[in-house]
Amino acid sequence: MAEQVMPMVDWLVTPFSYGFMQRGLAASLMVGVLCAIIGCYIVLRSMAFMGDALAHGILPGVAIAYLLQGSLIVGAIVAAVAVALGIGLLSRGGALREDTAIGILFAASLSLGVLLISTIRTYAVDLTHILFGNVLGVSTADLWLTGGLGLVVLATIALLYKEFLVISFDPVHAATLRLPATLLHNVLLVLLALTIVVSLQTVGVGLVAAMLVTPSATAYLLTRRLPSMMALSAGLGALSSITGLYLSYYFNVASGAAVVLTATGIFLLVFLFAPRHGAVWRLVRRPPAAIR
Amino acid sequence: MSLIGEPARLELNHVTVAYNGRPVLEDVTLQVPHGARIAVVGPNGAGKSTLFKALVGLLPLHEGSIFIHGRPLGAHQDCVAYVPQRDEVDWRFPVTVADVVMMGRYHRIGWFRRPGREDREVVASSLQQMAISDLADRPIGELSGGQQRRVFLARALAQEPHILLMDEPFNGVDAATQEATLSLLDRLRASQVTVLLSTHDLNLAASCFDAVVLLNRRLVGYGPADQVLTAETITDTFGGQVFWLGGQGGKMLAASHCCPPE
Repeated sequence: MAEQVMPMVDWLVTPFSYGFMQRGLAASLMVGVLCAIIGCYIVLRSMAFMGDALAHGILPGVAIAYLLQGSLIVGAIVAAVAVALGIGLLSRGGALREDTAIGILFAASLSLGVLLISTIRTYAVDLTHILFGNVLGVSTADLWLTGGLGLVVLATIALLYKEFLVISFDPVHAATLRLPATLLHNVLLVLLALTIVVSLQTVGVGLVAAMLVTPSATAYLLTRRLPSMMALSAGLGALSSITGLYLSYYFNVASGAAVVLTATGIFLLVFLFAPRHGAVWRLVRRPPAAIR
Repeated sequence: MSLIGEPARLELNHVTVAYNGRPVLEDVTLQVPHGARIAVVGPNGAGKSTLFKALVGLLPLHEGSIFIHGRPLGAHQDCVAYVPQRDEVDWRFPVTVADVVMMGRYHRIGWFRRPGREDREVVASSLQQMAISDLADRPIGELSGGQQRRVFLARALAQEPHILLMDEPFNGVDAATQEATLSLLDRLRASQVTVLLSTHDLNLAASCFDAVVLLNRRLVGYGPADQVLTAETITDTFGGQVFWLGGQGGKMLAASHCCPPE
């Protein structure tokens, strides 16, 4: 019995005998949970494209901060806020649709970021790390920062739960309650920016949108209330992070991509086989005729 | 045009509301006494919904002023509840009926706080009054159209408003919802809540309300139904869309093209 169990335990434990793997796991777990929880609002408010744009929008900020040897976090947050404001300005008064404004600024910031980073000598390595994360390079200081900012984001979401819920579900009712909807939306954007910044290290700007959307979309298919959607989403985010790290260790593949593909695999399983709403069951139980 | 001797608790002075610079509602002046039940009648595009949206601050006033309890609009933050005609919400949103009704309490609960026992009691009683207690834990997306309407009425009740604005609550609903809405009106009268209700149904307006506001982008008439709803004013307001049934003093029917009688 023991002989059978031990290899399994070894298999699970071995990767984490290294300090860098332990730190990578801790960071991945925190980022997975954080993205999954704020991601519920991203999914419910149809802000997926905005999330992607903010993620790429921080690239020039990170690059400038790197070149000036300043704080990457501050650079990233300034850039994210600038992009969010820019999108607001371009789409204000219906001059452009918001998704068009996002499309323009998203590509522009990505280009500016790449342009700035290309002036650095170690261009290729740095860009890859920023785009796809470098989970094995997480330092203890990074962990503290991730934990601290993560707590700020989660505490704000908990404190403003009612307000975020009502502006997301029924903006007209929120307006009759005279809630400052624009301010609350901007607070959500800042929280999103902070989340993206701490995700840089583990999944990178290229993949963070998937961590924001995929676990929450999976949870959306399985739950009927926002608190349970958030809880399940957080669990799925954590599960994907751990599984992705193991895959990355044993198959020697990029960790960020492994985490995202694990989350996508879970999503597909749920999409096809979820009780009641699964695509497969719908196909099997196709109603005999179109009855309204 | 004051109604009865009571002090006016809702006062509109020369109110003009404009969409993109074009006035939709012009120079409306009226006073509604506390606890009155008023029908707002007019054809499509007459500005009924616009009037309600201005009253909850969803649309800015182009000109004029609105006073509630003698204080300017906005000074009382939650005493006006609004039940829109079609709730433009995402019906697949993961909220239950009880969650939605609780949103009526949000202003009383205040920032950063959680609902307390009193809030849950008010929600339970609002659900009961609209006869949807058994649906409390159901996701709103699973309800029928009439049940969804009752959820939003229950939310307005939970808000414990002084003034309730109901936009076409009888338009396209089932009999049970109509019944629940009518008995709601009676309970609201008992608790002295002022009700403004927009409708196409002139018979209903004439029979169940203290006064009628006849609206066609301007105020055509305001007062008790038998004084306001004359052949002249109705033809004036609805144009050729009115059919008269039963001759003099008999029933009348406003058949607006958008709203076939059920």
